Amino acid sequence: MTRTTRLLVLLVAVVLLGAVGTGSVLYAAHRSGLRDEQQADGPTVRAGTVSLRPTSGRRLLVRNLAWGPHRDEIATVPADDPQGPRTASGVKCLRFHAAAGTGICLRAVHGALEDTYRAVVLDAHLHELRSFPAAGIPTRARVSPSGHLVAWTVFVSGDSYAGTAFSTRTAVVDTRTWAVDDNLETFRIIKDGRTYRAADINVWGVTFADDTRFYATLASGGRTYLVRGDVAARTLTTLHGNVECPSLSPDGTRIAYKKRVQGASPDAPWRLYVLDLRTLEETATAERRNIDDQALWADDSTLVYALPGDYGSDLWTVPADGSGAARTLMTSAVAPAYLG
Amino acid sequence: MYLADSRSTTPVAAPDSRPGRRPAAVPTTVLALGAVSLITDVSSEMVTAVLPLYVVAGLGLSPLGFGLLDGINNGVGALVRLAGGHLADRGGRRHKVVAGLGYGLSALCKPLLLLAHTLPVISAVLAADRTGKGLRTAPRDAMISLATEPRYRGRAFGVHRAMDTTGALLGPLVAFAVLRATVDGYDAVFAVSGCVAVLGVLVLVLFVPRHIVPAGAVQPPEPARPVLRDALGLLRRPELRRLTVCATLLGLTTVSDSFLYLLLQREGALPAHLFPLLPLGTAAVFLLLAFPLGALADRVSSRRLFLAGHGVLLLGYGLVLSPWHGAPAVIAVLVLHGTFYAATDGVLAAATAGAVPDRQQGAGQALVGTGQALARFTCSLAFGAAWSLWGGRTALAVTAAALAVSAVVASFVLRTTDEGPA
Repeated sequence: MTRTTRLLVLLVAVVLLGAVGTGSVLYAAHRSGLRDEQQADGPTVRAGTVSLRPTSGRRLLVRNLAWGPHRDEIATVPADDPQGPRTASGVKCLRFHAAAGTGICLRAVHGALEDTYRAVVLDAHLHELRSFPAAGIPTRARVSPSGHLVAWTVFVSGDSYAGTAFSTRTAVVDTRTWAVDDNLETFRIIKDGRTYRAADINVWGVTFADDTRFYATLASGGRTYLVRGDVAARTLTTLHGNVECPSLSPDGTRIAYKKRVQGASPDAPWRLYVLDLRTLEETATAERRNIDDQALWADDSTLVYALPGDYGSDLWTVPADGSGAARTLMTSAVAPAYLG
Repeated sequence: MYLADSRSTTPVAAPDSRPGRRPAAVPTTVLALGAVSLITDVSSEMVTAVLPLYVVAGLGLSPLGFGLLDGINNGVGALVRLAGGHLADRGGRRHKVVAGLGYGLSALCKPLLLLAHTLPVISAVLAADRTGKGLRTAPRDAMISLATEPRYRGRAFGVHRAMDTTGALLGPLVAFAVLRATVDGYDAVFAVSGCVAVLGVLVLVLFVPRHIVPAGAVQPPEPARPVLRDALGLLRRPELRRLTVCATLLGLTTVSDSFLYLLLQREGALPAHLFPLLPLGTAAVFLLLAFPLGALADRVSSRRLFLAGHGVLLLGYGLVLSPWHGAPAVIAVLVLHGTFYAATDGVLAAATAGAVPDRQQGAGQALVGTGQALARFTCSLAFGAAWSLWGGRTALAVTAAALAVSAVVASFVLRTTDEGPA
């Protein structure tokens, strides 16, 4: 092959590959345009005023995933009519939680070169009170029952050459003093009565009991633990093994969590369980599918969680005592929080 | 003749044929291989940059189970590299074929990511991608060695590493441009990455000669059918043995990048959101200094520069441990870290090239590279354990002390054969 032939082949290949690449980008851009148009079979979403203050009825807040102009906005529905029309707030969040008039919104900030993330504390009118830089991609967010403490978890992947090594970082902020604990890994860890140290510690998925105590997942050495945290004493104490993404029941007696079960497909190892904190007895829920979410207690007997759906994800419910069956709560929604 | 392309019709000027001018020290084969690496790195770093986003934001999964395969991958990668190097030397030099297989395998993995929606499948695709990387590394370095006159190998590897790093820096920019244009179009990122990877393979096929006659070879190539025993027998060559021992010894005391960045961030109280910028700093310095330091290696001997590079790293460790904190200190550490890579990465390959016969370049490059990679992996495990026991600062202080001892030992071991520039 002469040099000219080779250059010609290269040129043709560049044109062909360029066409395929451009085509795939154009197709994806077109598809993203479709997402701004409301789907005929989707839920009705209307712009409106959303407040975190108590109203006459109990409400459910979610990140609306239904296609249309209000996609990704925090929207509200009456708790007793979750399939009904949604009121969209105009506030976009990747993850969200709220309690007692305080909201925590984890959002992406589109930069010139890449996205950065911020954790934004919102007041009852969804106005920004404070904003904190987040070191990675948001995954979990929680507000304490009083609305005084907020916590969030992000995934960090720092080294572009490492590729597959991920870690988490969890921060807690007191909204009364704006004191920040930006990395719970610096808390003293007490495992089996002794201080435990390791370089590979990850903490994620905070769930608050009150303004001092919380529960979370701690991972180290390839195992996960349920830990009880103390914001004042800055300690994390291990309580139980194989617990991820805990969620404390409103009465404070049980933890709903995802458990890595033996014999399950490695694609889908997690099942939704409930742990009695007094007896440490585990109960499997009737949900048999893989759960990769921090569940939410709708009340003392019902769990809400997200599963993959046609438009990103749907919300489902299941009784916490192992009885009954899983049911769809609402489609095209994620990151739920109950108000009132 | 530098460009040892058996089919090339245009002869390249001999080193001394242009009086008064420095001869072109970097053969076109090296530039072609550099272009292949640049294009391939754009493709692979595009994927690496968006993968966490894709997994968490696109698929809604939590990627914590992701690192599990990492250890296995490292071990397999090392073995694949040895196999790649050996296979490439066999059967009348099949460097290009073996390297092409490696690049091709990695290119195939990009469209596969379009179909992978669960962590185990994504991990498997990444493992295949790394197998491709392991397969191609040694034959590629062997081709660079063979195509270049021994006295210019430092700068040849310098040029190659600079081009390689350029690709690594461009990849994430391209990926985020595509994501921005498509609003979360991860499939478009993978498709474009696949197209770029195919282009890289094509440049290899079209512009890298199939058979590279060693540059400056006076005699026709030796009968080249080394068997496995010859590959192992390489270690009986004192020069290569010394180099392997030193690369391994120094590798055992080289803290992995992630740990160093983590320490730097904590000691320097750097805001966590700036953390992803640290590897970029190292890469930028590496990119700028790879060629000048490669050229310097040609003047002062690559072994000496390799040792000096570790001295620079030691300075960096000292700076992290010193009471001097803040942005200037962080930048200084990154400059030292990048300089360390520029003074050791391609330079070690150049030193290896000088220590093995031409017909065993592949196996020789693989042997030294694998020794160093396994040593660094061992250091990572040990460093993690030391960090748990004593805390990060003490672990780094101990590693720094061990690095100082290793460097002294290595300087004695390497001095035996150090004859300076040819």
